Amino acid sequence: MTTEALLWTTLLLPLAGVVLNIAVGRSLSRRAVGWLASGAVGAAFLVGLVAVGRLLALPAEERVYLTPPLYTWAVAGGFEVPVQLLFDQLSALMVLVVTGVGFLIHVYSIGYMAGEPADYDFRRYFVYLNLFIFSMLLLVLGANFVLLYVGWELVGLCSYLLISFWYTDPQNAAAGRKAFVVNRVGDFAFALGIFLIWSVFGSVVYQDVFEAAHSVAPAVLTAITLLLFVGCTGKSAQLPLYVWLPDAMAGPTPVSALIHAATMVTAGVYLIARASPLFDAATTTSAVVAWVGVLTALFAATIALVQVDIKRMLAYSTISQLGYMFLGVGVGAYTAAIFHLLTHAFFKALLFLGAGSVMHAMEHGAHHTGEHVNPQDMRLMGGLWSRARWTGMTFLVGAAALAGLPLTSGFFSKDEILAGAFLSGRTLLYGVGALTALLTAFYSFRQFFLVFAGEPRSEAARHAEESPPVMLVPLGVLAVLALGAGLVLGWPPEQGLIHGWLEPAFEVAPKAEGAANPLTLLLVSSVIALAGAGLAYLAYVQRTIDVVALSARFQPLYRLLWNKYYVDELYGLLFVRPFFALARFLADVVDKLVIDGAVNGVATVTAGVHALARRLQTGYVRAYALSMVLGALLVLAYLTYLAQ
Amino acid sequence: MSAQVVFFFVLAVVAVVSALAMVFSRNAVYAVMFMVANFSVVALLYVLLGAPFLAAVQILVYAGAIMVLFLFVVMLMGGEPAPLWEHIPGQRPLALVFGLLLAGGLIAAVNVERLTGVPGVMTQEVLERLGQPTALAQVLFDRYLLPFEITSVLLLIGMIGAVVLAKREKRELAASQASSERRPE
Amino acid sequence: MIVPVSYYLILAAILFSIGVTGVLVRRNAIIVFMSIELMLNAVNLSFVAMSRALDSLDGQVFVFFVMTVAAAEVAVGLALIVAIFRSLGSADVDDAHVLRG
Repeated sequence: MTTEALLWTTLLLPLAGVVLNIAVGRSLSRRAVGWLASGAVGAAFLVGLVAVGRLLALPAEERVYLTPPLYTWAVAGGFEVPVQLLFDQLSALMVLVVTGVGFLIHVYSIGYMAGEPADYDFRRYFVYLNLFIFSMLLLVLGANFVLLYVGWELVGLCSYLLISFWYTDPQNAAAGRKAFVVNRVGDFAFALGIFLIWSVFGSVVYQDVFEAAHSVAPAVLTAITLLLFVGCTGKSAQLPLYVWLPDAMAGPTPVSALIHAATMVTAGVYLIARASPLFDAATTTSAVVAWVGVLTALFAATIALVQVDIKRMLAYSTISQLGYMFLGVGVGAYTAAIFHLLTHAFFKALLFLGAGSVMHAMEHGAHHTGEHVNPQDMRLMGGLWSRARWTGMTFLVGAAALAGLPLTSGFFSKDEILAGAFLSGRTLLYGVGALTALLTAFYSFRQFFLVFAGEPRSEAARHAEESPPVMLVPLGVLAVLALGAGLVLGWPPEQGLIHGWLEPAFEVAPKAEGAANPLTLLLVSSVIALAGAGLAYLAYVQRTIDVVALSARFQPLYRLLWNKYYVDELYGLLFVRPFFALARFLADVVDKLVIDGAVNGVATVTAGVHALARRLQTGYVRAYALSMVLGALLVLAYLTYLAQ
Repeated sequence: MSAQVVFFFVLAVVAVVSALAMVFSRNAVYAVMFMVANFSVVALLYVLLGAPFLAAVQILVYAGAIMVLFLFVVMLMGGEPAPLWEHIPGQRPLALVFGLLLAGGLIAAVNVERLTGVPGVMTQEVLERLGQPTALAQVLFDRYLLPFEITSVLLLIGMIGAVVLAKREKRELAASQASSERRPE
Repeated sequence: MIVPVSYYLILAAILFSIGVTGVLVRRNAIIVFMSIELMLNAVNLSFVAMSRALDSLDGQVFVFFVMTVAAAEVAVGLALIVAIFRSLGSADVDDAHVLRG
């Protein structure tokens, strides 16, 4: 099979899953539906592997495959969008992550969604999930900005569909809507960026644009890249457009794992990595990217410190880790950022799926006792280590990787980003990043200890039950990956397998060599991670640090963090309320009075004119004769005088 | 001023006066009588124009047959004097204005050379040549034979139509005769 | 001097206008009908006058036909008026306004 065929197959297999499940899913059992969807993604993963094999056969500098265009989608004047796929080291890695982690999450979902009352909803879930995989693959495989944008929008749609999956609860619907609308703001800027690209470069195809990147004025390049970055802040939940991600936890947990941790939110990082020639040449924007990234990381980490909802904490953690990835691409450490994307996909998906398992355990426990509990409230958990051992073990691996404990995958990838910042001379960025790493380690282990250590703090926790194997096996797979991927792929630093694989994809200027030894930085990172974990241990296991007293001492600060810096309220005041007022005005005044008035007015005027015209129909013959004579007079006048 | 012109003017005045009298007379029978006078005068004008045959036909057909028919119908329907008030708003003033405008316009048109071609010199010789009925007959039965035949069919249709329209059921006839006896004369 | 054609035409125009006014003003159906006959008559006059002026007999032949048709028309028209008079009970033209919009 040609490489071209392989690529198209990979892309279209999940779509086939969608179509099949819609068409014949009604007559299939739930297991069949779930495995059909999972199988489509799994098959896509395998085909992707074969395609990667083809790439490996090529020398490292030439590992790029561009499919011939299937057809030209839009042609308007000089504007052309050829439908073709680009497969290089970067997109290969993304494809494997999306389909691989996606497969595991599909399988997990078969167990997780088993309690869904209606078959129709069960099927709907897998259709949406498959559609998402297809959209994400289109995003990473597209060979031009427009195809990327199509995939970008489609994943946004799937995110909306899946966040508000249980739409009968208005809060879930509102969360989906919030995600979509906030993303739209970013997408608007993104679209403007694409327009600018086309008007400056004359093409939207990657090759054409990147080749000409250096011949464009820096100011224009800065404008383009800034617009693209605003799109990234929307999709990848950075300041200021991150507000949708915590609310997006209203969706089913596997969705949070797949879309809002491992894949969709990383699309922004992918975009910058893909457009690295542009961003590399636009130094102003890169600086902006790095600062926004690291500040977002710090900001979100502080909020995560006080969260009590197990999923929300992970959501803020995701925002924070995405900030690290943007820090990476901002300082030019593209490989490091993608490496972190990879490891983050593993351990964050693991953590989310683990959280889902914990929630399942709590729900089973509550079922036993008849209590009504919020299965996501960590204050009601505790002591689950003895009751859900497998979940606990895998969760510990995830927390360790997130904290960056030495030798975990997160350790290597996060450190590389920080090293990249330090070695390019931006020590302030490094400092903020290191501080955030301390906070990250703290809150990761805080979560672990709250959930699994100590004594159960509610009846539900006391009677919690472990989840079925169909949910536990994916946890195990991800745990292995979260543990080992760093060592296998990232050691030695800058010379690991992943560096050999990814670096040729980024034609960037070589970084300035810093003064420090990379190993020293590794040591510093280890100390930070262990210190954070240790503090958490002291606070939540040994109770040496009294967190309750601390929060009472710093009440205002605590309240600020608890209320997420009041950002949602601020946005509500600044944007949402005026917008709704405007909408109300348009509906009540403009629509009712002006538009309806115009339409009704036309009818009224017509009726009026007709009422007038009707007066000609008097029924009197003599009146008609009068008008005939008038006509004759006019003809006479015309013939006599006017027709010369 | 030749005798012909004087004669013309006299006839013209009588024609116009009788026409006005017909139009504005209250009594229908009077109107018919004035009409007869008008037709007779027009017949005399035809004679002046050197078309004696047409003058004779005018008297026979118009004044003789058509007006008599009108008279019959007037008698049949009992012409009450017309009511005075006008209930179509603006009809009378407008009618007057339009009538005057029409007259003015037509007269003006007559004086526009382009429309009436020959300004109007007729010679005695032409008058005498074209006045003979034989000449008329020659044209009528030669070039206009087809219209002639069709017109005769038309007359037939008219006759039949008139009979059909005026026909009444026997019952109605009796009732109408009874009511017409009761109607004041 | 021969009477100029324009005099005849002007006379015809005046008679025609009188006929038009009669149609517009009078309400008795008979009078209206007679006004129409007056108009036809005026046109006949102008035909004959022009036939003289143009040295052609076609005008007179046409007058011939006009008279014939007028006769037929009068017959049928009066029959119609009588029929309407019977059903409406009035000879007033304004009383037949059933087609009022």
